[in-house]
Amino acid sequence: MDQHLLSAGDLTRDDALLVLDTAEEMRSLSDRPIKKLPTLRGRTVVNLFFEDSTRTRISFEVAAKRLSADVINFAAKGSSLSKGESLKDTALTLQAMGADAVVVRHHASGAPHRLAHCAWTSGSVVNAGDGTHEHPTQALLDAFTMRRHLGELEGRHVAVVGDVLHSRVARSNALLLGTLGARVTLVSPPTLLPVGIEGWPVEVSYDLDAVLPKVDAVMMLRVQAERMNRSNGRFFPSAREYSRRYGLDLRRMSLLPDHALVLHPGPMNRGMEITADVADAARSVIVEQVSNGVATRMAVLYLLLSGAAPTQAPDHVDGPA
Amino acid sequence: MSDYLIRGARLVGTDPTDLLLRDGVVHAVGEDADAPGAREVDAHGLVALPGLVDLHTHLREPGREDAETVESGTAAAARGGYAAVHAMANTDPVADTAGVVEQVWRLGREAAHCEVRPVGAVTVGLRGERLAELGAMAESAAGVRVFSDDGVCVSDAVLMRRALEYVKAFDGVVAQHAQEPRLTEGAQMNEGELSGVLGLQGWPAVAEESIIARDCLLAAHVGSRLHVCHVSTAGSVEIVRWAKSKGWEVTAEVTPHHLLLRDDLASTYDPIYKVNPPLRGADDVRALREGLADGTIDAVATDHAPHPMEDKDCEWAAAAFGMLGLETALSVVQETMVDTGLLDWAAVADRMSARPAVIGRVHAHGRPLAVGEPAHLVLYDPSATGEVRPGESASLSRNTPYAGRTLPGRVVATFLRGRPTVLDGQLT
Repeated sequence: MDQHLLSAGDLTRDDALLVLDTAEEMRSLSDRPIKKLPTLRGRTVVNLFFEDSTRTRISFEVAAKRLSADVINFAAKGSSLSKGESLKDTALTLQAMGADAVVVRHHASGAPHRLAHCAWTSGSVVNAGDGTHEHPTQALLDAFTMRRHLGELEGRHVAVVGDVLHSRVARSNALLLGTLGARVTLVSPPTLLPVGIEGWPVEVSYDLDAVLPKVDAVMMLRVQAERMNRSNGRFFPSAREYSRRYGLDLRRMSLLPDHALVLHPGPMNRGMEITADVADAARSVIVEQVSNGVATRMAVLYLLLSGAAPTQAPDHVDGPA
Repeated sequence: MSDYLIRGARLVGTDPTDLLLRDGVVHAVGEDADAPGAREVDAHGLVALPGLVDLHTHLREPGREDAETVESGTAAAARGGYAAVHAMANTDPVADTAGVVEQVWRLGREAAHCEVRPVGAVTVGLRGERLAELGAMAESAAGVRVFSDDGVCVSDAVLMRRALEYVKAFDGVVAQHAQEPRLTEGAQMNEGELSGVLGLQGWPAVAEESIIARDCLLAAHVGSRLHVCHVSTAGSVEIVRWAKSKGWEVTAEVTPHHLLLRDDLASTYDPIYKVNPPLRGADDVRALREGLADGTIDAVATDHAPHPMEDKDCEWAAAAFGMLGLETALSVVQETMVDTGLLDWAAVADRMSARPAVIGRVHAHGRPLAVGEPAHLVLYDPSATGEVRPGESASLSRNTPYAGRTLPGRVVATFLRGRPTVLDGQLT
């Protein structure tokens, strides 16, 4: 694997399978009375969150702690509006503290890429979701979850449904599932598909009912009701119309083959893109996705850090305490 | 004032000859050019062009003197071979009154690196609500002829119509920043396959082209002059070509960066490549070059846009739009247009000096290098090559997209009214 994990597209097929296999081993740990490995003892992992995401932050925090790393949670106010500390200054601070890995969530697409390539920090950078770009560990945990139920994903068919335009989960899943040899169909109203989608290695449909009988898994994306507001671009006429055409309810779920799974990256808008009874149905693996997130992130941190030399804090910042 | 005898320069690329500059004009050309006591400049191997005229420069003063001043910006202009620049109106305060344009004009005279022609804002505060006092700016000492809300589009159709009509009274021109605002809210880069992959909000070509089409029709309807700033798409070139074929008074400019750079640079997420309008695709770059070659696009204009380091040393979405351009413009035009065989040096003189001077009504600029004409000229070595080093710029800012890139050519000397502003590549 590369030094960083910025995009699901950075992973070769072998890399991706190595993460998934490693995650399988990590997951078996959670069945033991002592859930901790000493692997990353003495290493520092910083969770740098410029955008609130309690679930992702906790998932990374638990993952790092189970590997015995020291974890620092850094919630930064860094939007251009709030004029908080800049990305650069924050990164320089973390570098001075000797961070071995920086897990970064940012509202701006490409912010982790900037961190990784700007000499502001020398540690590994893990993208924990950047703007409307990518969320590679989410795609890995989704693949991990599907693989546990469906076996190898080569030749499997996955539908990703909803606001593809604004979804980092959709981008990372399209790339990773493609790498793993799965077939991906994006289902969305035309207004919520990016221009240039023809160039992606996916199929596209506007008709959810036609797609559902053909898939092994359906992944529902979170859709913000505000997308229909004027300031957000009026992407669809109303929340009700969206639900009718693209929401997953019991009737639609019955169109799925018996073995097919229902996934959602969370947090769900129950009643919008998914109804409560579908979310809680037997074929829904939404809660399992959360627990698999820890194992997958353990695997990522382990593979990025266990081979790399520890980051040295530069001498000149070692002043008196 | 001392005389300058320029030896062996290739006038707009023709055979080597001599030029005698005296009393601010070209006093003699060829064998007549001889004067005892004149300071000689060896220009063998150099191309002499009329001093360049930029229709689109951001000098940032007043208001953002941390990014650029009239002094530093015009110094950069002289180093790029410019004898005149148009200072855009989006300063703080906005250049929307006679007082502000006269201040900028006066600062330009004091700096004396090149002539500064202030651009007046079309609307008060660039807010697009009501016309600024265009007549007062036209009649001021600055003698404003170009009006633009650049940075913002005059999107209101009625206001644009009124502006086009109104400036006819003093032979003015409205220079439009063509950007449909609703189609570009939050836009970050060219809308295409790459913007979708990178998750950066798209700036679609149609947002530029729809405004240009509307403005061409408006200019024709009211019989006025329209100038289109920084065209960036193949479709824009087509629309301007169509308007010109109708005989309408529509002119257009292209920036050096849109002639050279493509949108794929955004995949670095390095905001040094963030600019408005955004870098476009390969087909657009080709169409822009062809449009400049066939004269559909009248002028190269730099859109020199200095920004302090902190506005570029950040994530893409938080960064400012814009890049430096004055010192590298001629080199980029050589690489994209001359070395490719699309333009000869006479045509470069036309697109970078003569036509922009006519569009801006900059008298005594953009004239041929002939006896009796004003002695504004640039001596340029097209055989030189050099790496762009941001630290060597005369600008106060460092946001050049060409850092580390090797570009052809070098400005050796620039003359303004017979006096060198740059000699041996250095400011005098």
